[in-house]
Amino acid sequence: MDKLTRNLAIGLVILIIIVPIGLIASGTAYGEWASDELKDKIGYVPQGVEELADLWHAPMKDYNIPNGPSFENSKPIASAGYILSALIGVIISGGLLYFIGKKVAKD
Amino acid sequence: MHIPDGYLGPHTYIAFWIIMIPIWYYAGKKLTTELKSKQVPLLALSAAFSFVLMMFNVPVPGGSTGHAVGGGIIAIVIGPWAALIAISVTLVLQALIFGDGGITAIATNCFNMGVVVPFVAYYAYKLISGNSDITSSTRIIAAAIAGWLSLTMAALCAGFELGIQPILEHTAEGVPLYMPYTLNITVPAMVLEHALAFSILEAVVTAIIFAYIQRTDTSVFYGEKSEVEMNKIKQGIIA
Repeated sequence: MDKLTRNLAIGLVILIIIVPIGLIASGTAYGEWASDELKDKIGYVPQGVEELADLWHAPMKDYNIPNGPSFENSKPIASAGYILSALIGVIISGGLLYFIGKKVAKD
Repeated sequence: MHIPDGYLGPHTYIAFWIIMIPIWYYAGKKLTTELKSKQVPLLALSAAFSFVLMMFNVPVPGGSTGHAVGGGIIAIVIGPWAALIAISVTLVLQALIFGDGGITAIATNCFNMGVVVPFVAYYAYKLISGNSDITSSTRIIAAAIAGWLSLTMAALCAGFELGIQPILEHTAEGVPLYMPYTLNITVPAMVLEHALAFSILEAVVTAIIFAYIQRTDTSVFYGEKSEVEMNKIKQGIIA
């Protein structure tokens, strides 16, 4: 591994370690409200939101361990779950592209 | 900017699947013909970096949060087509495993963050850079502006897609079925919070990484030649 790639990878590892910083902001991104949050805003849950919101049950919802506590309820466990999520994301996305890249790359 | 299931009606999310499938196919073809072995670790790092960067939620006044994408610097380093693939892989994982972004909305989210961000960034960077030397500080400014503009444009697209829902999808009585807010609310909300906050973070991230690579090895940048190749050209070995 050349120096540049190695240093960028070190930068990535640092980002993974400090990623729980991203949990401090407690609000919901615009247009990504859960059904009950939307109900608080407009007084009802639109039919399509009601029908589609639970279409998919992600195993590590909200970048947490399955059924893990929220950041407000347990900062250490939620932070560990967040770091674990970052690790899983990095290993799968990076690993998949490394494998595909090696297969298709020229020279 | 990860639109969840339920916020877009079928007209919109199906249209984006129809748009994205040929784009993914073409990007895959481009990757198989253009990718060099040297770029493979950077391609893998790009997807991983974007994944983690998107987890850094930043609060803004009013209770909303958002994040950078990193698509600008990725496009400048590995090219916009490879960036499209790296970010798409990231977004699919985020939807499937972490419930961030809807399943129905995968194609729409990949359009906003995987197409708009890298292509706007890459061409803005190229346009502003002009003929400036690859090592010049003009390039750092170009990268920063490209980062800012790319995420702001993606936010404009997302705001538009959300805001047309009440027009496209409603009950016979006119009650919205999906995103209830209209364009005059969604577009300013998405554009302003990005332009004034998240896109600035995107600009800073783009500039820092650009400046670091610029000082280390400029041949890494997409379309730039290495010193060895430049010497060969000077010596007339390759045209």
